[in-house]
Amino acid sequence: MATVNKPVDVVIVGFGWTGAIMAMELAQTGLSVLALERGKDQDTVPDFAYPKVVDEIAQSARNGLLQNLSQTTVTIRHDKNDRALPYRQIGSFKPGTGVGGAGIHWSGVHSRVMPDELRMKSRVIERYGEKFIPPDMQLQDWGITYDELEPHFDRFEYTCGTSGKAGNIMGKIIEGGNPFEGPRSREYPLPPLIDPPTSVLFAKATKELGYKPFALPASNASRPYKNPYGCQLGPCNFCGFCSDYGCINYSKASPQTTILPALYRMPNFSYRTECHVLKVNTDSTGKKATGVTYVDAKGAEFEQPASIVVLAAFHLHNVRLMMTSKIGQIYNPDTGEGTVGRNFCYQMIDSVNLFFDNKTYINQFMGAGGVGQEIEEYMADNFDHGPENFIGGGVIWGRQTGNGPVRGIPVPKGTPTWGSGWKQAVKENFLHTGRIEAQLSNMAYKGCFLDLDPTYKDVYGTPMLRMTLNWQDNDLRMSEFFGKKLDAIGKAMGATSMSGRVLKRGDSWDTRAYQSTHINGGTAMGADPKTSVVNKYLQSWDVSNLFVLGANVFAHGIGYNPTGLVGALAYWAAANIRSTYLKNPGPMVPV
Amino acid sequence: MSSSGNRTNRRDLLKGTAALAPIVALAGSRALADGRIKHDDWASSAPAPAHPTTADYKPTFFTADEYAFLIAACSRLIPQDEHGPGATELGVPQYIDRQMVTPWADGGIWYMQGPFFPAKPEFGYQASLTPKQQFQQGIKAIDALCQKQFQKPFAGLAPTQQDDLLKGIEKGTVSSPDLPLKTFFTSFLLKTVMEGYFCDPMYGGNKDMAAWTMIAYPGVRADYLEWVGEAKPYPYGPVSMYGARG
Repeated sequence: MATVNKPVDVVIVGFGWTGAIMAMELAQTGLSVLALERGKDQDTVPDFAYPKVVDEIAQSARNGLLQNLSQTTVTIRHDKNDRALPYRQIGSFKPGTGVGGAGIHWSGVHSRVMPDELRMKSRVIERYGEKFIPPDMQLQDWGITYDELEPHFDRFEYTCGTSGKAGNIMGKIIEGGNPFEGPRSREYPLPPLIDPPTSVLFAKATKELGYKPFALPASNASRPYKNPYGCQLGPCNFCGFCSDYGCINYSKASPQTTILPALYRMPNFSYRTECHVLKVNTDSTGKKATGVTYVDAKGAEFEQPASIVVLAAFHLHNVRLMMTSKIGQIYNPDTGEGTVGRNFCYQMIDSVNLFFDNKTYINQFMGAGGVGQEIEEYMADNFDHGPENFIGGGVIWGRQTGNGPVRGIPVPKGTPTWGSGWKQAVKENFLHTGRIEAQLSNMAYKGCFLDLDPTYKDVYGTPMLRMTLNWQDNDLRMSEFFGKKLDAIGKAMGATSMSGRVLKRGDSWDTRAYQSTHINGGTAMGADPKTSVVNKYLQSWDVSNLFVLGANVFAHGIGYNPTGLVGALAYWAAANIRSTYLKNPGPMVPV
Repeated sequence: MSSSGNRTNRRDLLKGTAALAPIVALAGSRALADGRIKHDDWASSAPAPAHPTTADYKPTFFTADEYAFLIAACSRLIPQDEHGPGATELGVPQYIDRQMVTPWADGGIWYMQGPFFPAKPEFGYQASLTPKQQFQQGIKAIDALCQKQFQKPFAGLAPTQQDDLLKGIEKGTVSSPDLPLKTFFTSFLLKTVMEGYFCDPMYGGNKDMAAWTMIAYPGVRADYLEWVGEAKPYPYGPVSMYGARG
């Protein structure tokens, strides 16, 4: 029998970025807030202190800060007629664990969203006509506008101390920033980071080719910064241990560096670690959440009553909790009915290594997760898709994220994989190799979805989430388009040779090599309960005291890194809970 | 394996995990905040004690024959030559032996429950053997092939014979009835040899940071604010986790 705990006003499942934001914003109203975290407690000191954390074997080779898949994982298949197999080792995507979640090992790239992206279906129909949408593509508007979200993008950037250069302040185009971005209310909190060699070469080459490069927005602080919560960041020193690592310098924004020190001082907030939530409990009507049931580290089961339940775990867990709690109807790809698991999307990365002569020093061991220069001429609908005949777009960037030899040293095409020839190549190229990439949207399709696996269960006996997803023709044609652009930019940068991975027609999703942790969709937000799981306030259509945060609310996979949008949506949901829901609990959008 | 068997295994696993895991059931923010403010656990931010390569190392996991294979394979995969030191000289066999007692070697960070099915390569390693078992069975299978063909173990072959055999395994032209050798070679042997060659010396490989020196990698200096804006050679040698300087 589960032990019943003392009720709280708000229980938050998962204590990463969105959990920390929601906890802070709701604790400020005086509500009692409890966060439940499945992983362990962790903080900059002692867990991410120098030198302990900058250990390539522990972090990159053995996934020290990532979800331990022996406990729970997902199953994957390319098509609904295939048998899904477990994701047994970390490969294509990297779910985090513990306090701070993926906000610990992320890179820091901090974008917003292209205004058109939130109404992509309407935009495509207006510009190209309805027939331009492939029949199997499940394109839909998000039910929210960029203007509604702008104050919340701003808040999240000022929480994180984002370094960047505005390109559009209240409609005025600013030289040196992103000329395509939606209007922002003010400049970034910090100026751009210093450009490392890869980014300098990328900016020069893209300018020569007629593009308008600008500094990638990065939540790696370029200067000392104190955020509105009073949390202090120090300047990034380009240590080269960013993605996969906790930050040694209090420079990369994370819940630990930007929110938790202030949150931990609030007497009405508490959190418990190593508490794995099994389900959201509902009353006999199924319309009201009564709290959650969780298992602690000793295996004891607890029921935590709460007036408001917030799902703030990583994408996979939020979607699965909706399914295992039987809230809403699971999507059926044959009938098109059901919404939970619908519009599951990913993101595509085309990555090209550039090898330079021995006088060109790139020094790939220096860098920061978010530092770089990018172009957005081919983002969202910033260009005419008519002649190209695909929907979607993405960013092209020259980042220098920091790399060490255990993480893998890129070598030119034709290099042997071992022996003297390999050794000569790593020795000659290590200091002279850079990388450029295109990060692309991934549209929603009828045949790409999430449901529960019929065979595999986790250590708690819960069915695993099953992913059914593969690259589709539209998206692969887009990737081929970007491959040509990357090739031209790489040559203009002066590379003597190039090697890499550009997805082309006929390629399938390869779950082995790291691609992107930006999986999304499955509990889409929207204006229509027939095609979405939550309304524009991220409130469940079925259970009005349940809020679902995270990239799982995306209606399709965007070309940007999702954290900026995920954080802004959490602030937006919190602000509306405070201003509207708490005064009058119930559905915030009439069904 | 039956599904009820799986469930029992998982339940046992859960119990086992619970027994080992530290209990961190923190009730209130105040107690937590107090605990955090103390920050008295500075010692745990230090790296584990360094155990660099030693000349008189005795393997604790591998048998003498298995270890002889590892030394021979390391000497071919990353040979000592005009470009720099070899994997054997830098202690890579020691690194691999020491890795065999970590949770990774028993599949502790992987999902290792059945049922197991053959799969397309894109779905990753789907076999039931742990890294430890891969090394034991992989070495045994290769030595068996060598005995059959040359009446000697792998370690007794001439370097060119060893190279030819490893190339054949990598290409898939040399196979064994006992184990998919290509998977063992690519996903376990070669991968682990590369790790040991470039790891921090505290793990037993990369003796004296010689592999880092060869490629001019500064190790864990992790502080480049003054240099990142300049496309020039970085002036300093490597530093290890344990503070050794090269």
